[in-house]
Amino acid sequence: MRPHLFSVLLALTASHAVQVAAQPPAAPKPAADSAKKSPAPPGFGALSAPNADPFPSSYKPFASRPTVIRNVTILTAATPVIRNGAILLQGGRITAVGQTVSAPADALVIDGAGKFVTPGIIDTHSHLGVYPAPGTEANSDGNEATNPVTAHVWAEHSVWPQDPQFPRNLAGGVTALQVLPGSANLIGGRSVVLKVVPSVSVQGMKFPGARYGLKMACGENPKRVYAQRGPSTRMGNVAGYRAAWIGAEQYRRRWDAWLGGDRKADPPARELANETLAEVLRGNILVHNHCYRADEMMQMIDIAKEFGYKIRSFHHGVEAYKISDVLAKEEISGSLWADWGGFKMEALDGIRANLAIVHASGARAIVHSDDPSGSQRLNQEAAKAIAAGRAAGINVTEEDAIKWLTINAAWALGLDDKIGSLEAGKNADVVLWSGNPFSVYSRAEKVWVDGALLFDRLDPKSQWRTDFELGFVPASGGTR
Amino acid sequence: MRANKTTRVSSPLSAPVAALLFAGALAMPVAAQTVAITGGKLYPVSGAPIENGTVVIVNGKITAVGAAAAVTIPAGAQRIDATGKWVTPGFVNAETILGVQEVGSNGYADASARGDRGISASFRVWEGLNPGNTLLASSRKDGVTTAVVSPRGGFVRGQAAAIDLVEGSAPQLLLKAPVAMVGDFESPRLAQAGARGELIGRWRELLRDVKSYTLHKTQYDANQARAFAASRADLEALIPVVNGTLPLWLVANRASDIEAALALAKEFALKIAIVDGAEAWEVAGKLAAAKVPVMVGAMNNIPTTFSMLGQRQENAGLLRAAGVTVVMIGNGAGDPEGYNARNIRIEAGNAVAYGMKWEDALRAVTLAPAEVIGVSDRVGSLQVGRSANVVVWSGDPFEFATQAEHVFVRGREYTGPTREDELTNRYKNKPPTYRVP
Repeated sequence: MRPHLFSVLLALTASHAVQVAAQPPAAPKPAADSAKKSPAPPGFGALSAPNADPFPSSYKPFASRPTVIRNVTILTAATPVIRNGAILLQGGRITAVGQTVSAPADALVIDGAGKFVTPGIIDTHSHLGVYPAPGTEANSDGNEATNPVTAHVWAEHSVWPQDPQFPRNLAGGVTALQVLPGSANLIGGRSVVLKVVPSVSVQGMKFPGARYGLKMACGENPKRVYAQRGPSTRMGNVAGYRAAWIGAEQYRRRWDAWLGGDRKADPPARELANETLAEVLRGNILVHNHCYRADEMMQMIDIAKEFGYKIRSFHHGVEAYKISDVLAKEEISGSLWADWGGFKMEALDGIRANLAIVHASGARAIVHSDDPSGSQRLNQEAAKAIAAGRAAGINVTEEDAIKWLTINAAWALGLDDKIGSLEAGKNADVVLWSGNPFSVYSRAEKVWVDGALLFDRLDPKSQWRTDFELGFVPASGGTR
Repeated sequence: MRANKTTRVSSPLSAPVAALLFAGALAMPVAAQTVAITGGKLYPVSGAPIENGTVVIVNGKITAVGAAAAVTIPAGAQRIDATGKWVTPGFVNAETILGVQEVGSNGYADASARGDRGISASFRVWEGLNPGNTLLASSRKDGVTTAVVSPRGGFVRGQAAAIDLVEGSAPQLLLKAPVAMVGDFESPRLAQAGARGELIGRWRELLRDVKSYTLHKTQYDANQARAFAASRADLEALIPVVNGTLPLWLVANRASDIEAALALAKEFALKIAIVDGAEAWEVAGKLAAAKVPVMVGAMNNIPTTFSMLGQRQENAGLLRAAGVTVVMIGNGAGDPEGYNARNIRIEAGNAVAYGMKWEDALRAVTLAPAEVIGVSDRVGSLQVGRSANVVVWSGDPFEFATQAEHVFVRGREYTGPTREDELTNRYKNKPPTYRVP
């Protein structure tokens, strides 16, 4: 595994803030005089603290039983392919992967002859829940297009857990996804990493311990949306990012001084937008930057250096292949499509060998969707990119390509220690495919999240239907 | 209402006459070469597969198709060894905007007419066709040799044309024009109506006015007719639709909309096809009984709108199983946007994954669309006398790993690099190769 330069930087520059984060300021003690009824002590969120978690995950793994899949081809995303292998899921974790595993007596044993097992697929670029189906004005909550910089908004506050696209993504083998604000704004707000599970609240879907992301966007979208008030040009875009970071840097210094001092003086005023941006500068929030053109990506890299943050992933990057060597050197992943292009000027130079060239240069290539339909078939997108690579003379193996869908995406979300590969100790997010996942004829047959079987194509009655679907959408088999 | 508005003048030629002229344009010079494709597994579509088959192409036409032993290869023929390969007719993508849109959001876009109250029946999308569009070559490279160029947007969108993806002038590309009138049957807004019932009322009024106009042309031209629901040019363009000679393709998704379209077609004796048809599977029996073809994709299962709540990937397979003529179009990877027209084969593969028979899926991207657009005497199958639109695939054409290794259109093999190939070659190594050494 590559050294995680990002983690190193984080430790060097943000250790102070991280320590503070672990110990949020204590609430003031009630006055000794109890004759007057004292007001309730201020809540945790009343004082600003890095890493404050005001909407904590309430996700609990679903019930599971020990499960063994045998006689199956395993693409682990960590090792060479294991043919005729076996995998054991137990207590929500992967406990063994290999040629054979010893199964407990009570384990459910599944014969995987002719089938494939992979890690659960991870989509780094989703708008599920914030742009739900059916598309209606009432539920269109993905772009806070009221200001070019809306670092103060959090995508999770727009997520509708009853979006019927969630169960369809699960049926496509997707077990975790990053929901981002849209790309109307230079800085669109915080993303959230969700598990693809049924829940009445977004908190019940939030991936425990996942870091937040920050959505930034280059190019055509912001300057088109704000053409009347500005930015209306690419140079206006860049001025907008820089102005935001200048303000955020001042804010971070004010707060870090207060948090690092005796905390007796009144704390600085909280600003939601700067709070998020300061957390980026401290290294606690990962930057996900929508950017198509190579020249703009190069400018975004310079802006990141100017203000001392790292870009974790360029999203869309249809011209990533032009600067694949730079992405490798800077340790920036590319969340890319397999073959989208031509739908706007900044997408004009899209090529199908993009993923393969980025991969061959040593950068982390990721297949992303930005599309509720494509997200269900990320395996097919990867298959297209393998073929395009081969046509261009770049041999991409299936062992490489599975990483584009799993461990590389997990790294982009800062979760590669928990998910993204089939290794003992990792979360049991696992997909059993009816055949080779890079064949057009294969489908996800069973999907486990934290060891719990949450999708079984062979058992339609067990399949998750959102509240919305009841009475509106025909169930599998055709009845409404 | 308006009468005698002449801002958009129709061609002096009636549509059928124009179609004949374009057919005449096919007499353009073709590759005067003789090619024999040998050893491959042939899928003629019009007949059973042939192991170790031979296809002979002479002067742009298929002159022999059969088992190796049964075909005599002309002396001097260029031979292509297709041993281990699959040979099919060139694919037909029946819903594209190839040649009329290069860059979707803000490049040139000639796929949608402005119209009047959403009506642009006289809009002949192919008259703005640009053979220099780079997407033609990228689609052809993936085995699409024939495409329907369809007008988009609006209530009565205009007339679609079929083109072969050859190099040449716009008239040389045309295979048949028009192939259909395209209209909307689910979005009242596009007809400036407020409700579905009102939208259907607009259709009825329009069709009746076409009949009335046909009977009263002389009075109309003398300004002695009442006002009609469309301009003279649009009324003229709709005459073959009312006569039942030009198919009317109606975009409809909700099962009840499709049933209403069937009822209107019966009322006016129209020859219709349903386009998109997300919930068509729910009324498959009625579509089969009415012999109405359905043009559907196979890569969307999302209840995207309240008209598509029943959208599912099994649609194509269920329709075919009920006896409906199914034409594969894109609603996922193979939709008409951007570079996607080339991905029609992926839609077909997904249809198979969701229950359609492989042979039916192949037919849905070859002979079925050729029949529905009325060009099956020229494209869509490997038969003697057909235009030599032939593809040699490295394997199953629906699989991602498969490449279209040889693509012939009207007998000419196209091998040149696409714009995408040139970008790939420039940048696959660093530093980039700006100049060819």
